[in-house]
Formats: sequence, C-alpha cells, structure tokens
Amino acid sequence: MNHTTQLPDHRSEGVRNGAAAATPHSARSTERRRPASPQWAAWAFLTPVTLYLLLFYAYPLYRNLDLSLRDYTVRSFVQGDAPFTGLANYREVFADPVFAPALLHTAVFTAVCLVFQYAIGLALAVFFHQNFRLSATLRALFLVPWLLPLIVSASTWSWMLNSESGVVNAALHAIGIGPVNWLTSPSWSLTSVIIANIWIGVPFNLVVLHSGLQSIPASLYEAAAIDGANAWQRFWRVTFPLLRPVSAITLLLGLIYTLKVFDIIWIMTKGGPADSSTTFATWSYRLGFGNLLPAFGPGAAVGNLLVVAALVFGLVYVRVQRKQALS
Amino acid sequence: MSRTRRHTWVKTTTGVLLTGIMLFPVYWMVNVSLTRDRDMRKSPPDLLPLHGTLTGYHTVLDEQLPYLGTSLVIGLGTVVLTVALSAPAGYALAKLRPRGGGILGFVLLAAQMIPGIIMAMGFYAIYLRLGLLQSVPGLIVADSTLAVPFGVLIFTAFMSGIPGELLQAATTDGAGPLRTFWSIVLPISRNAVVTVSLFAFLWSWSDFVFAGTLVNGGAHEPITLGIYHYIGNNNQQWNAIMATAVVASLPAAVILVLAQRYVAAGVTAGAVKD
Repeated sequence: MNHTTQLPDHRSEGVRNGAAAATPHSARSTERRRPASPQWAAWAFLTPVTLYLLLFYAYPLYRNLDLSLRDYTVRSFVQGDAPFTGLANYREVFADPVFAPALLHTAVFTAVCLVFQYAIGLALAVFFHQNFRLSATLRALFLVPWLLPLIVSASTWSWMLNSESGVVNAALHAIGIGPVNWLTSPSWSLTSVIIANIWIGVPFNLVVLHSGLQSIPASLYEAAAIDGANAWQRFWRVTFPLLRPVSAITLLLGLIYTLKVFDIIWIMTKGGPADSSTTFATWSYRLGFGNLLPAFGPGAAVGNLLVVAALVFGLVYVRVQRKQALS
Repeated sequence: MSRTRRHTWVKTTTGVLLTGIMLFPVYWMVNVSLTRDRDMRKSPPDLLPLHGTLTGYHTVLDEQLPYLGTSLVIGLGTVVLTVALSAPAGYALAKLRPRGGGILGFVLLAAQMIPGIIMAMGFYAIYLRLGLLQSVPGLIVADSTLAVPFGVLIFTAFMSGIPGELLQAATTDGAGPLRTFWSIVLPISRNAVVTVSLFAFLWSWSDFVFAGTLVNGGAHEPITLGIYHYIGNNNQQWNAIMATAVVASLPAAVILVLAQRYVAAGVTAGAVKD
C-alpha cells in the first residue's frame, strides 16, 4: 500500500492496513488543525457527489424496496399503480422451494471461494515476497485474471469445461479419468463456478497480502532465524500473526464481494441445471429479468436480503478498520 | 555457480511455472481463437495453434466493431463523469473539513457494498419510467456508480498528502477555493487522476450486469453483450467467440503493460471489484 497513491508527504499510520478507506479518518485526526475553511466552499465541492449519491444510489435502492413491498405485474410496473402488499413478497420468497438451496449454495460458494482464494493468495504472496529475479514481473502477470472482463473469463472457462471438447476433460482423459459434465451435471455445476471464481479472486488476495507482507520488518525474520526458527516456524510465528490485520480486511472485503458475484455464475450456468448453482444473486436476477413473465416484487425481495447481508458484513468491516486505524 | 545464485534460479523457475499455470486459461483463449472450425471438436484438442487461422478475427472485424465502438464511448464517458464527480469531493473531504464529511465517507463505503444486480433493478425501474432504457447516456450514468465511491476514496487519500502550506500560500496570494483546486490541487494529483480513470474505464468496459439489464436489445450495445449474444446464438463458432474475447481483453492488457504501478495501487487501495 505504500506504493499506492504516491503521496507527496507520506503518512504511514492508517495506510499500513491495506485499504485506503481508513485514510480520510486517520489523516484528519493526525493533522494539525488549521483555521477552518469556510463551510460553504467545502459543501460546494461536495454537492455534485451528494446529489449523485441521492439520485443514483439512494433512489434506485428506494425503488427496489418499493418494488419488494408491492404486487407488481408488467402492466403496473409501467404505470406505477401496483397495490401495496407489505411483506407478502418476502413471505413468498421464504416459502419458495428454491430458497433453501439458494441459501445453501450462496453460503458454500462464498465460504469455499474465500478459503481457497485466501490460502492460495497467501502462499503466492509469501513466495513472491522472496524477491527473486523476475518476481515483480511475474507478480504483475498474476493480475491478468483480475483485470479481464468477467464475460471473457466466464466464457473461456465455459469452453475449457465443455463436456465433449473441453481441455479439462481432455487432460483428465489423458490421466485415465472419465469425462465430467462440469456445467451440465447438477452435482458439478456449483464446483465449476467456484473454480472459475477462485481463479478470478486469487490476484486480489495476492496483491493485498503481498503489500501487507512488505510492512513486516525484516529484522523480525532475522531475529527469528538467529533463534533457530526454520522457514515453517517463521511463517506461523512471525508472518501469520503479524499479517492478521491485513488478513481480516482481505477476508471481509472478499466476503462482501463474493456474496454478490453474479456475472460468472449467470454466464457459465445461468444458475442451473435445475437450480444446482443458483445463489441469491442469480435467483434475484432470474426472478426479475430471466423469465418471460417477470416477478419484479419477489426478485427485489431476494435482492434486498442480499443487500442486508452485504451491509451487515460491511459494518463489521468498518468496525475492524476503525479499530486498526486507532491502534 | 554459487549456492545462493542457484537458489534464486530455482525460485525464478518455480515462479515462471506458477505464472504459467495461472495464465493457462488466457493462453487457451488465444489458442482457441486461432483454431480452425473443423479442429474445434477434435479430441484431444491441439495444444498449440499449429494450423492457426485468423477466421475468428475476420468475424470480429465484420460483426463486432460497432460493439467495440460503443464500449469505447461508454468507457470514456464514464471516466469523465467519474473524475468530474469524485475529484472535487476528494478535495473537500481531504482538505476543507466539511461538517458531516465523515458521514458522507461512510455512505460512500456502504455504497460500494450494494450488489450490482440490485442497483441494476432499481435503475431499470427508474429508466423505464423516464424512457432512458437502451440509451448510451443512461448506461454511462449506471456504469459510473461502479467507480465513483472508489474515486472519492483514492482522491481523498491522495489529496490528504498535499502539504497544507502549499494551499495556504495560494490563499495568501488571493486564490479562491475553486482556483486553488483547479490550478494547484488537480495538477499535483495527476497520479490519482490516472488511477481513477484507468479503473473507471476498465470497469465500465467490463460491465455486464448494467448492460444486460439496461441496454439489452438496443441499437447501441457494448462488447460484453456482443460476446454474450455470440455465446447464446452460435454455440459452434468458438473461435469467433474467443477472438472477440481476446479483443475485449486488449484494454486490460494495454493497461497492465503501460500503467502497472497504477493498477497495483488501485487493487490495494479500497480494492473494489464486482
């Protein structure tokens, strides 16, 4: 993170923890108080973004809440005179036979992706931290999956995992394993989208954890080496504990972003076959847009459940970050 | 050869191998894009494009150029809108100490956590009423929501580092807040402008959710929908699909080569990606 924003005079506190979000708060408390600038000027600069937030975040969110509390049909969606039905859409969603599997898939997808992305990302970060020849270049190349448009990654994985002509099944065949119907079998579809999503998420974990490793003083490793600690012990006794704040931030952000993954699953499997890879995100979209007869109300209701989940973890994230900025 | 030298060599080899494994899907995309139609269903598939053909790329040039043009326009529009909104906000939050600025910062953070499909549904309901569905400006506004909170974070972080004395000197010389911002703060913040612009462009170029809900079936569709329609319509011509994917990946490649340090900066700071 030290190399991130190239601040002219660089404050180190609050910047260490790997996310710039903390900087505004910590910067304010550490800086010497100047005579206050006129408030009108400050808010003149902030007005555009405030209006923007109200119009393009708050209002769509409000519309979505409104959608979930009314009984919308295609006709009333256009005319805007749908009757208010309270929580009926939510009751309908909870009673839907898709609810339990969607909840399970969302939880499994998020948990498995997080564990593997973090573990692989950390292993690679430690490896690249050794600064060998070409290490910086190779580390940059690792960013490619993260930078590609999701539709590109998703369609590439779709073709690689194709049952008849995919390279993955060809490789399995070469070592004597029969073909797997990655995308067309209900027992494999969730695994397939998880694999693709892990591939996309590893670079983020690698880069953030690598920048966290750089803030651990080399003298600690030297001291541990003098005390006779081997590489394995040095990792578990020095690296891992000292990396805990960065790890917490990485995992929480990863959690929030994995919860709302939609593109990958929709493009690769559309949540199918037979809802076997349906998560809340794809279910919500399918209800609202995927059928000939859109169910905007229930779709918005599912979406709002997702918003609540994301915001709960978002609050945890803010708390963790505040605590780290203070300490 | 000394022992440590050999040690580094082993590490470099391992690193190259790991990178190769990680980037195999990217290689495979290129390989398939160069494969002839009749070899597409070959089992096992050719690992190298020995009988390479550019048919797929000809198809891209014939059919996908309008999509690419639309994506370019939308990307540039998103960049302009994002920087115009977030740079002044960053300046105010970093240097002008507005009352209630902390709350605004918190709202921006929370805004990043709202799933894209929720935003898309809300935008759909609003645009339907306003008649803005299938319009390019509408999509630009929607795409900018991907980048504005991130932009404010980056600008705030960067601009807090500008020395207060510099701004005070400007005030002493009689410059008002607007002039200080335009002639001093913005030029110094060039790196932040580049970072924010790169990510705003990349995210709007890659956007699929908003495009799929807001401009699907319209006269101007971005390249992500071009690929999506391809997958839906012709399941056979995977060389053309992958060639489109390769072309759609070019901005990411260019950005990685030309602006690597800005990319690493963006990932670590705020680190937002749908």
